[in-house]
Amino acid sequence: MPILTPDDVRKIARLGRLQLTEDEVARFAVQLDSILDHFAELQAVDTEGVEPTAHSVGAKNVTREDVARPSLTPEEVVSNAPRAECNMFVVPQIVET
Amino acid sequence: MSDTITYEITIGMETHAELRTKSKMFCGCSAEFGGEPNSHVCPVCMGLPGSLPAPNARAIAFVVRTAMALHCQINSPTIFHRKNYFYPDLPKAYQISQYGDSPIGTHGYIDVTVKGETRRIGIHRVHLEEDTGKLFHNPGDVSSLVDYNRCGVPLMEIVSEPDIHSPEEAQEYAKTLRNILVYLGVSDGKMEEGSFRCEPNISIHQPGTPLGTRTELKNLNSFRVLLKSAEAEIKRQEQVIRAGGAIQQATLRWDEANGVTTPMRFKENEADYRYFPDPDLVPLEFSAEYLAEQRDALPELPTEKSARFVRDYGLSAYDADVLTSERPMAEYFEAAAKAAGDPKAAANWVTGQLLANLNAEGHDITETKVRAEDLGAMIRLIGDGTISGKIAKTVFDEMFQTGKPPRQIVDEKGLVQVSDEGAIEAIVEQVLAAHPDEAARFRGGEEKLMGFFVGQVMKASKGKANPGLANSVLKKKLS
Amino acid sequence: MNWTTAPAHEIVAAIEAGDVTARAVTEASLERARAVEPAVHSFLLRLEDRALQRADAVDAQRKAGEPLPPLAGAPLALKDNMAMRGVETTCASKILAGWKPPYDATVVRRLEEAGAVIVGKANMDEFAMGSSTENSAYSVTRNPWDVNHVPGGSSGGSAAAVAAGEAAVALGSDTGGSIRQPASFCGVVGVKPTYGRVSRYGLVAFASSLDQIGPLTRDVEDAALLLNAISGRDPLDSTSVDVSVPDFRAALTGDVRGLTIGKPAELYGDGLEDGTRLAVEAALQRYVELGAKVVDVSLPYLRYSLPVYYIIAPSEASSNLARYDGVRYGHRTDKDADLIEMYLLTRQEGFGAEVKRRIMIGTYCLSSGYYDAWYKKAQQVRTLIRRDFDAAFDRCDVLMTPTSPIPAFGVGEKTDDPYQMWLADVCTIPVNLAGLPGMALPCGFSGRLPVGLQIIAKPFDEETMLRAAHAYEQTTDWHKMTAPCG
Ligand SMILES: [Mg+2]
Ligand SMILES: [Zn+2]
Repeated sequence: MPILTPDDVRKIARLGRLQLTEDEVARFAVQLDSILDHFAELQAVDTEGVEPTAHSVGAKNVTREDVARPSLTPEEVVSNAPRAECNMFVVPQIVET
Repeated sequence: MSDTITYEITIGMETHAELRTKSKMFCGCSAEFGGEPNSHVCPVCMGLPGSLPAPNARAIAFVVRTAMALHCQINSPTIFHRKNYFYPDLPKAYQISQYGDSPIGTHGYIDVTVKGETRRIGIHRVHLEEDTGKLFHNPGDVSSLVDYNRCGVPLMEIVSEPDIHSPEEAQEYAKTLRNILVYLGVSDGKMEEGSFRCEPNISIHQPGTPLGTRTELKNLNSFRVLLKSAEAEIKRQEQVIRAGGAIQQATLRWDEANGVTTPMRFKENEADYRYFPDPDLVPLEFSAEYLAEQRDALPELPTEKSARFVRDYGLSAYDADVLTSERPMAEYFEAAAKAAGDPKAAANWVTGQLLANLNAEGHDITETKVRAEDLGAMIRLIGDGTISGKIAKTVFDEMFQTGKPPRQIVDEKGLVQVSDEGAIEAIVEQVLAAHPDEAARFRGGEEKLMGFFVGQVMKASKGKANPGLANSVLKKKLS
Repeated sequence: MNWTTAPAHEIVAAIEAGDVTARAVTEASLERARAVEPAVHSFLLRLEDRALQRADAVDAQRKAGEPLPPLAGAPLALKDNMAMRGVETTCASKILAGWKPPYDATVVRRLEEAGAVIVGKANMDEFAMGSSTENSAYSVTRNPWDVNHVPGGSSGGSAAAVAAGEAAVALGSDTGGSIRQPASFCGVVGVKPTYGRVSRYGLVAFASSLDQIGPLTRDVEDAALLLNAISGRDPLDSTSVDVSVPDFRAALTGDVRGLTIGKPAELYGDGLEDGTRLAVEAALQRYVELGAKVVDVSLPYLRYSLPVYYIIAPSEASSNLARYDGVRYGHRTDKDADLIEMYLLTRQEGFGAEVKRRIMIGTYCLSSGYYDAWYKKAQQVRTLIRRDFDAAFDRCDVLMTPTSPIPAFGVGEKTDDPYQMWLADVCTIPVNLAGLPGMALPCGFSGRLPVGLQIIAKPFDEETMLRAAHAYEQTTDWHKMTAPCG
């Protein structure tokens, strides 16, 4: 029983906003399944009561004073945009009402 | 027959409030409303590769204080998570938020009074996150435009328990909550500008049966719309069920023109947000000292203030509640009461004439030209007999229109009350001479004519005669 | 004096003494790059004019009698995943083609304040995902010791530039070995500092809880010099730690008497290539001769490092790389498309195969229903790995292992099987998972190819690590050998 089917691969790709060719779907299905198979040994480790490590640094409460600082100029903000108008980013029309 | 079935209404409210900080949640850009497009934007809040978040200490303190004011348990440590989804208003493709069991606040409540009955509404959670940017339709093209000025502004999310059981209660919950946030100084509570947003989840079911399917209302920009749309949605759900249909889970908006709720055509959304702890941020751990500091920073909240007004100023509970329903009104009242030296009179003027005039113009108390100190001074003028209560109405209306101080109005218009006994006697004699018949009838025992004579004296004095004095002089002359 | 083979501390001293100008050193470096780039391909972008301007500024400073900063005139190669204001930064990905950041990474600011002369943006595996620099969307960097072999990765361009004499020093980034493994493959020194030691602000994120910037240099003293310049708390990076930054150069005493070196059995297993084993064992023997003590230690949970890493890093990456959506910068599909199609096509066209593979794994591991079984489980085992290190450091001052179980492999040799490629990271990955400082130090050759010793130290104890490395280096000539670039 594979851990991942081609259908799973398509679903994950959609979630990650990756268009895959059917070739890629087939290849990834095999590769990812084999990778997850390697990973499966983890399931045997007893982690009962073990805290997850999100960070190796023990730092806490790192915050910043509420002080306003200069921003970029609107021109700088859109300077790398593939498409911009009126210093705003242009995206395909969004119909939402 | 089925029309007679009554349904129980269940509403949970999700509220988002933008916090009143100087800078954004994770960068130094100004959090101020407005500005030309993309003028409050930096590498961090536009999610440029390589940029990292640095959390705003004041925003954290604001949420801690709010959680305290809502009687929440404060969770420590508490961490930030990433909520992953693709949308152009979300430049990192994730929102930094708080997920799971330990947001800053949980297990709170607020008391809400509807038609004299107070009910306790549970607060499920209070957490801190960041706002998104704004999308505009591009009029010249089949495209949309993105502005990130609001992106990254600190946003507090407050989720109630599904303890609300009527549209009125939902509206009152929202008003009460907003009032608390404004009192705390953490939000300006402007529904129209979108800095305070309420999204009710509504379902109906027959008593004794499981809860119904929920629908969510979005984009409600006033308390009135909140009430109207909740009413309409409940009606819609009842009609669907009575017609034998089933409620579909959906997000709806308010169609003002037709007075109905309509489903939003919605972004494709797999609703798998893949939450995980944000590795760019470290946990927040609140020390006892920190929590004590935040508690000390809490201002007097509406319910406490109302109780104090009753206790210290001898106001009725009703007046006290009206006066504390908004923080600016409470502050106005206290300033006026202090200047007047007569809290009850100040309360009467604020809740009476002032609010009536403001309502007539559709303004609120922060917009009045009448300074609280001037209202107090006017009340003093009544108290020391300089003007009569009747003249005071004229003076007040003039103050309301022009913002002039009462003394100036009184002087300019010569409205000082006549309290000189000789002057009053002269007027009284004039009046009695003009109405010999009535005087005779009075003397003949028709004592209710006293009102007529007082009126005549006031008229002859253009309202300036001291009514008490006029009364006693009249009695003397007519005896 | 050949300025393209000299370490930075000698260059800086010579400029200070007036023996050479910064311009002459920079010109030599640029000249060398022009000569060897066709064979080595270290750089994605060379900044010749900008570098000469910077060098001239250093010379002007000296002429004016001003004190020179510690890296004055040192030619430096910057990995192309660090933002430089106005200079194209691509992470060797098509999806970032043409992106000119409007800001400087904190390390770039600190390096330039320290007088370093940035000569170019170094090639890398796309978004630092890879161990060979073959995953660059633009060019394949070659190993200067044998151009039929890979330089390692993902900081392959940085390592090759230093080994080939195109830059005196370089910065790389290390998420699972991306500084140490290419340093080892190219025969240079590579340091991954303690997580939190160096600001990540401006480092394009791969896996945020693991990424750390560090130096690649010709010798240990240069590594200390660079570390001095880039370390320290940065208010722009909430994970940068507020601990004092010692003068790392002062730690280089040459004395390792009494030092206890742990030798983790798990990293000296069957997969270890013979030449590598010989070189590493010989280095440990040398330490014994220098007065250190070697003890056997066991870290049983290290065997799970690979799956733990390849769950955590792709998970974080899937989130970090979601922002490349064609809206604000970089590539956007030319095809006419609605919003969702625009996302799908932009990302299909912009990302290479390895990046897609990791986005897929990460998206899967974080998705609803799988989070606990994969991501959370991996984070828990990560805790167990950290505890193994804690226990080992109760007994030892440092741990020593091979940096890579094998020397540089052939170009194209491992591109077909991703898991085989990943196995090359087995010695370096645990160090990132535990957030520890680790470094690669040249310790000999296996055939024509360099071998690197890995030294691992306690959190924020880079001083002991560098002291140990330096003491060994003083007794060898490995760091003085020059690569043929052919
Ligand atoms: Mg929210
Ligand atoms: Zn910003």
